[in-house]
Amino acid sequence: MKDTSINLTRALSTLAAGLLFGFGLSFSTMIRPEVVLGFLRFQDLGLMLVMGGAVWVVMLVYKLAPRLMARPLLDDHFHQHPSRWNRDTAMGAALFGVGWGLCGVCPGPAIAGLGAGNWSLLWALAGIALGALVQGLRAK
Amino acid sequence: MTISLSLFPLGWQHYLLGGVLIGTGTALLFVLTGRVGGMSTVFSSTWSYVVRQPFFQQARFVDSRDWRLVYAAGLILGALVWWLGFAGGTREATAVPEWQLLVGGFFVGYGARLGNGCTSGHGICGLGSLQLPSLMAVLTFMATAFMTANLAARWLA
Repeated sequence: MKDTSINLTRALSTLAAGLLFGFGLSFSTMIRPEVVLGFLRFQDLGLMLVMGGAVWVVMLVYKLAPRLMARPLLDDHFHQHPSRWNRDTAMGAALFGVGWGLCGVCPGPAIAGLGAGNWSLLWALAGIALGALVQGLRAK
Repeated sequence: MTISLSLFPLGWQHYLLGGVLIGTGTALLFVLTGRVGGMSTVFSSTWSYVVRQPFFQQARFVDSRDWRLVYAAGLILGALVWWLGFAGGTREATAVPEWQLLVGGFFVGYGARLGNGCTSGHGICGLGSLQLPSLMAVLTFMATAFMTANLAARWLA
């Protein structure tokens, strides 16, 4: 019984966090491929403010939370992990940029945009899912 | 004033506030559940429900696939709240051709998963935890994205 209620609380918390994320993506118009492409073509630097605003908040909380709290409110430890730099990261990031520059859609906005009725994004979503599938099938 | 207009022809406040909200969502996930919420992993972890191949059956996908889907559902819900409550309910649409969304999306999915992160994973979470590899990933994808977007504008328009 206690397990069920903590799982439910955890799921609702995750949903609420996602909701804020999706609301922010929409409010900042990052769910519009045209706005992202405008940034990539140096017509509007808005994306830098979005990124900067988000990184600043996250940096503060990622630094402070593990110092101020023994553990997260609903789990027994913080799940931070180091990122790696190797050939796959370099190649993957380069290919990601090519795709992003071609369509103006990255994973978050591809998902969130559906909530604002932009059904065309299903094409991008299908492409991303397919790309992830092929990557996994080719991986050792 | 003129500088801010030429750098941000559509205004800047909504960008900054939106970014802070995105960060707050990521931070809330961390404080409540201890999880680092990049978005691209959901595209691998969800395949683990149906693809038996060992790569997709790794613990990091199987153990996280449920919450990642809930997180993704939250994203859709958040956009829905914005759309109905703040944007007057006019349906969002894009003039980017369907083939470009599909092909671009393919590279986005393949690349993000090969490189273990996207704009939110390496960008927001990675930079937010001051990881040098993530900074290098961000600089790499920004460079190829700038190049591709400008070449595409010239050749495809």
